[in-house]
Amino acid sequence: MPVWVQLVYLACSVCFILALKGLSGPRTARAGNLIGAAAAVVAVIVPFVYLDLDHVPLIVLAIIVGSAGGVVGARRVQMTQMPQMVALFNGVGGGAAALVALLELHEAQDVIDSVGWFTLAATAFTIAVGSVSFSGSIITFAKLQELMTSRPVVFPGLPVVFGAGLLAAVVLAVVEVQGGAMWTGVLLALLGLLVGVLLVLPVGGADVPIVISLLNAFTGLTVAAGGYVLSNTLLLVAGTLVGASGTFLTLLMARAMGRSVANIMFGALKGGSTLGAGEVSDRPVRSAGPEDVAILLGYAGKVIIVPGYGLAVAQAQHTLRELVDVLGDRGTVVDYAIHPVAGRMPGHMNVLLAEAQVPYEQLKEMDDINGEFKQTDVVLVVGANDVVNPAAKTTPGAPIYGMPILNADEAQQIVFMKRSMRPGFAGIENELLFDPKTTLLFGDAKDSLGKLLSAVKSL
Amino acid sequence: MSEAVVWLTIFVLSVFVGIEVISKVSSTLHTPLMSGANAIHGVILLGAVLVTGSTDNTLALVVGLVAIVLAAVNMVGGFVVTDRMLQMFTRKKPATASREEGKA
Repeated sequence: MPVWVQLVYLACSVCFILALKGLSGPRTARAGNLIGAAAAVVAVIVPFVYLDLDHVPLIVLAIIVGSAGGVVGARRVQMTQMPQMVALFNGVGGGAAALVALLELHEAQDVIDSVGWFTLAATAFTIAVGSVSFSGSIITFAKLQELMTSRPVVFPGLPVVFGAGLLAAVVLAVVEVQGGAMWTGVLLALLGLLVGVLLVLPVGGADVPIVISLLNAFTGLTVAAGGYVLSNTLLLVAGTLVGASGTFLTLLMARAMGRSVANIMFGALKGGSTLGAGEVSDRPVRSAGPEDVAILLGYAGKVIIVPGYGLAVAQAQHTLRELVDVLGDRGTVVDYAIHPVAGRMPGHMNVLLAEAQVPYEQLKEMDDINGEFKQTDVVLVVGANDVVNPAAKTTPGAPIYGMPILNADEAQQIVFMKRSMRPGFAGIENELLFDPKTTLLFGDAKDSLGKLLSAVKSL
Repeated sequence: MSEAVVWLTIFVLSVFVGIEVISKVSSTLHTPLMSGANAIHGVILLGAVLVTGSTDNTLALVVGLVAIVLAAVNMVGGFVVTDRMLQMFTRKKPATASREEGKA
C-alpha cells in the first residue's frame, strides 16, 4: 500500500472521530454526519485510484444499485418507522462484513498454511458475529415493522438450543483457526444466522431499541476484525470506534430505562418475561368528552404535555402543536415533558416533535421537568403510558420496575388520551388510569386532538 | 515491535477514543448518534470493493457484488437517514422566529 494511501486513510480515521464527536452535540451534529459521509466516500474511491482492480464496471454498478436502494429507503421511511430502518441498515452492514471475511478466507485457501492463527481467529469472529448481526437485525426489523409479534417469543428448550448453537460456534471457530478450511467458515456463517435469530426472539418490543444499539456495536466490532483480516487500518479504526461508542451508548440507553443489558437480552429466558400479562381490566374509569377536557385545559395556568409513541402513530404531532399554540395565546404556560425513551428509541420523540416544528425550548427533559409537576394544573398524556406508570416506582415485580418515570401523578389533574384501555408497549396495567384525578378521553389521537382544538378555540 | 502489537495498540486506543468522544451526549441525540455510527461502519464497503476487485472466481465475484450492494445500502442509506433526522433539529429555528413575528 503506497504511503499516500495510508495517509489518506489516516485522514479518514480522524474524520470519523470528528464525526462521532460532532454527532454528540446538537449544534455540530449535522456537520459531524457530513464529515463522516465525506470521509467514507473518499475511503471507497481510493482503491480505484491506486489499485488495478478487476471487474470495475460490475463493482461500480453494484455500488450504484446499493446506494440507490439506501437513498430511496432513507428518504421514503416515515420518521415513526426510523428505528427499524436503522436496524435494517445495520443488518446489511453486518451481512456484508461476514461475506467479505468469507471471501477473504476463500481467496486465502491456496496459501492457508502461511496464514497466522490470529488472522484466522479474526476471520472466524467476523463471519460469526456479522451473521448474528444480520439475522438479529432482520428479526428486530420484523418485530418493529409488525411483520411478526412484538412480544417475546420463547419456546421450551430455547435456552438449550441457544446455548448449543453458541457452543457449536465456538468449537467451529477453534477448528477454523486450526486449518482455515472453507467449510468451517460457511458453517460458522449459518450458525451465526441461527444464533442471531435466537438471540432476538425472546426480547420484548419495548426493549428492541437496546438490541438495535447492541447489534450496531456488534457490527462495528465485526468491521474492525475485518479490517485486521484485510490489513486495513481504516476499517480497524472505524469499526472499533463504532464498536466502542455503540457499546457505551447501549449502556447509556439501558440506564435511561432502568434496566441492565443482561436483563433485557436474557430476561425472558430466565422466565421473568420482559412483558407483562397484558390483560384488559374492567375496573371503572372516568372518561369525558373533548368539550370537558377543553374547559380543563383552557382555564389552566400551567399545562404539561407528555407525548408518546401513540401520538406519532396517529401522525398527530402537527395538530398537537396547533393546540399548544392556541393554549399559549390564551396565556397558558405549556411545556412538553420528554421521557428519555419516549417513542421507540431514546431521542425518537424529539425527532418527531422537531418534524412538527415544535420550538426546541418547549421540550423539557425528564430531570428538568420532574419537579414542576406539583405546580401543574393539567397533565395531558397523549399516546403514552409506560413512561408515566407509577408501577415503575411502586411495584417491584413489574417489568418496568426501576425505570425512571415522569411524575405525572403529582399534578392536580391528569388527562389521558387513549385509543382503548389496552396496556402500553410494556404490557402492564397503569394504576394512574384509575386515579380519581384522572380523566380519559378515548379515541384516535389525531381525531381527539382535532376536536379538542376546535373546542378550545370556541371557549 | 511486532506487527500484531501495533494493530493491538491501534485497537485499544480506538476503543478509548470511541468512548471518550460520545461520553457527553444528551439523550436527545441518542437516536441520530446511533444512526450516524451505524453509517460509519458501512465503510466495510471499502473492504468489499478490495476483495471483489481481486477475485477471479465467478462464485466469489457474485458473492462479492452482493456484499458491495449490502454495504452500500448501509453506508449511503445510513448517512442520508441520519441527515434527515438532524435536518429536523436545525429547521426549527426559523419556524420559532416566524411564529414570534406573527405574535408581535
